[in-house]
Parts: sequence; structure tokens; C-alpha cells
Amino acid sequence: MDFTLHVWRQGTPGSKGDFETYQAKNVAPSMSFLDMLDLVNEELTRDGGDPIAFEHDCREGICGSCGMMVNGMAHGPEDLVTVCQLHMRSFSDGDELWIEPWRADAFPVMRDLVVDRNAFDRIIESGGYISVRTGSAPDANAVPVPKPDADKAFDAAACIGCGACVAACPNASAMLFTAAKAGHLSYLPQGQPERYERAIQMVHQHDEEGFGNCTNHGACQEACPKGISVDYISRLNRDVLRARLAGVAFDST
Amino acid sequence: MRRVTTLYSSSVGKKIAMALSGIILFGFVLMHMLGNLKAFEGREAMNSYAEFLRVVGTPIVPEYGVLWLVRIALLAAVGVHALSAFQLWRQSRSARTHRYLKSRSQVFSYASRTMRWGGVIVLAFIVYHLLHMTTGTVHPDFEYGSVYDNLVIGFQSAPVTAFYLVAVGALSIHLYHGLWSVFSTLGNENVRVNRIRRPAAAAIAIGMFLGYAVVPLAVVLGILTLG
Repeated sequence: MDFTLHVWRQGTPGSKGDFETYQAKNVAPSMSFLDMLDLVNEELTRDGGDPIAFEHDCREGICGSCGMMVNGMAHGPEDLVTVCQLHMRSFSDGDELWIEPWRADAFPVMRDLVVDRNAFDRIIESGGYISVRTGSAPDANAVPVPKPDADKAFDAAACIGCGACVAACPNASAMLFTAAKAGHLSYLPQGQPERYERAIQMVHQHDEEGFGNCTNHGACQEACPKGISVDYISRLNRDVLRARLAGVAFDST
Repeated sequence: MRRVTTLYSSSVGKKIAMALSGIILFGFVLMHMLGNLKAFEGREAMNSYAEFLRVVGTPIVPEYGVLWLVRIALLAAVGVHALSAFQLWRQSRSARTHRYLKSRSQVFSYASRTMRWGGVIVLAFIVYHLLHMTTGTVHPDFEYGSVYDNLVIGFQSAPVTAFYLVAVGALSIHLYHGLWSVFSTLGNENVRVNRIRRPAAAAIAIGMFLGYAVVPLAVVLGILTLG
């Protein structure tokens, strides 16, 4: 298969980038999107050019490193996959592919398709700790968790922090990410002691990082490679509302 | 009060303010629509309903007392709704200053994409509508208290009726996205409610459009006349 690629190239953070056009030739349909970029990079390097920078690690959809917009869709056209799990057979021979980095002011472009997602780490950090007894390991199942709650916590915990929700959101909001991280603890008994403080602090940090706000488009849910539901955003909203009405103490505001 | 202002300082708080003021405004447009339908009961019924709104609560409160209380509450709700919308729009706009060259918006509904401009259209219409039917400033033959006649004469103009229909259309589309979003913003977790929130919002929005559209259309079609 042959493709024409238009790839965003940008040397350094803050510098002016632009699209460059490349030809990807003899691509096997079984190659992943990242394999295809590797192929293009090999040729670029051979010709003395600068390879296209993109993030990748596990290449099996669980690390959350990779991610880019392909023809305006986060992680490309397939549902429930990251770009490393996207196979070239999803496209037609001769397709033109526009490849852009995630666009959000809270995710500054570092180089080409690599963006700085430290804002996500700071949101998680702002969630603080959970109170658990340390020391000897507790007995298995000593703390009962109802099955539906365990399932919901697990579904939220499936978030790999890839940033597709922010990339796809017309408001560049990170509410799905924030809600997933807050949600996986709020469904578990271990997450209860700091539940409301955590909700407030994480939303506060979300706003501080310069993300937009949720207008219930649902684009994040569609883009999420892990299929995380916008219902978690509901739950986070509910926790913030409850926390504020109950007057939960909070140091930084 | 401090709790309210701290809540409002976050994006979630602004959305909650938008949802609550939206619920108040929804209650108003629903009552207003039902009031409009009084036109089909004739001049007498409509004019006496309008008179009732002026004197309701007397003699405990003075004439116009309840009317002005409601007007002030509605004005405040419009203010909160518009202010929070403006602030949230500004936050989101600055969250992506570098836009995508290609973007595929196939998953957004028409209603969700037009919330902001739709809201502006509705706001502009409200101003016009007050000048038209409440103060009579832009009405060709306004007579205070003759609500039925004012309505029939007002809608005999085709451009006025056309603008009215566009505005209530925009309102209905706005209501569809707003009504179901309220459940998300206020954090409803009842699965049975969440399953029907979109179809229910669509049904209410369509019902609202029909309820509002039927009155000017009846004037244009000659069903409601001055005779």
C-alpha cells in the first residue's frame, strides 16, 4: 500500500511548525500506524533527514505513550484502539493522511508529534493520597467491594492517560481524564476518606492547567481508546457539588 | 455565601450555575407556552389570564408585586446563565489557541455545536420580543392590556412571524442539549433516568416548538382573528 503523509514538523517547543509531505511506499496492510511511521523514518534517516519524532513504548495499547490526530481523529478512525494498534488495513491504498499532534495549550508541542503531558501528572498528584493501614499485608477480601462498584472502578482505572479525550474535545477539556482518575477511587472503599477533597482539588488543578470545560459533546468518549464513559464526569460533578455544599476544607483556595 | 462563590470559581461550579439558571428559565418558557395557548380560548380568556398575572397575590402583595418578583428572578437567571456561558466560553477558547488543520466533528450533535450561537440568537430575540409584546415599542398598533389583539396584530406581519419561528426553533434546539445536559452537570447517577434523558429532552423540545409555533401559525392561517 502507498500513502501520502502530511506530517506536522516542529523543531523545538514554541517554534513555528508546518506540515511536510512524505510518501510512504510498500506499506504492508498488517503494519501498525507506528510501524508505518518507522518505515518512513528509516528512509528519512537514510537520506540524511530528521526522523519524525513521536512517542511510543509498549505498542500494545496499554502504556498511553502514543497518540496523534490522523485525519482529524484522535488515534485514527478505528474505535477502542490507540494509534499503535491501528493497522494500515484500516485505510485505503493511496489515501492522503494528515498527521497532527494533540492540540491543547495545556499540552505544548515539544517536537513534531510529541506533546508535553505533564499537566496530567499534576492533576493526578493533586488528587493526593488514600488512607490505608500500612505494615503487614491485609487479608485478601478483608474489605468487601460490591461487584458493580468494583467493575465501575476498574473501567475507570482502564484510563491510560494518552490524552485523546483532550485532543478530541472541542473545548480541549480534560474532564474525562480527571473524572476517570477521581472515579476509580470514588467507587472503592479505600477511596472514601479523601473522596470529596480529592474531587475539588483535581478539578481545581484541571482548571489551573488551562484545560477547557465540559459542554457534554461526548467527543471524548468516542475518542477514548479504553471506552471510558462520560458518566464518570457526572459523578465528578456530583462529588464537587456535594463537597462544596458540605464545605469541605481545602488549603489552596 | 462563601461556599457558593468558591464553587462558582471552578469550571464545574460555573456549569452548575448554568444548569440551575437554565432550569428556572425552562420553567418560565414552559409556563409562557401554556399561557400562549390561552389565545385559542378567545380574547376574554387570554386577557383575563394576563390580568390575573398582574394581580396575582393581592391583596397580600400589591398589584404587579408577584409579576415584578418573577421578572427580577428571571432577569437574574438570564444574567447568571449568560455570564457563566461567557466565562466558560473564554476558558475553552484559550485552552486551544492552535487549532487543528483537519477536524472531524462527526460525533457532535447539531444541538451541542450550536449552544453558544443559539443562545445568542435566543437572547437577541428576547430583547426584541419584550419591545414587541411587553412594552409595544416596535409593535404597529399596541394597546396596553389588550393582549389578544396585540398578539393577533403582531403576528399578521409575515417577517415577524418568520423571525419568531426561527427564534423558537433555536430555543428548542438549545433546550434539547440543555435539558439532558442538566442531568450530567448536576451529577445524576440514576441509570434509568440517564437512559431516557436524551429522548425525553428531544420530546420536550419538539413539544415546546409546536406549542410556540401553533399560535402565530394560527394567526397567519386565519384561525385566530380580531373578529
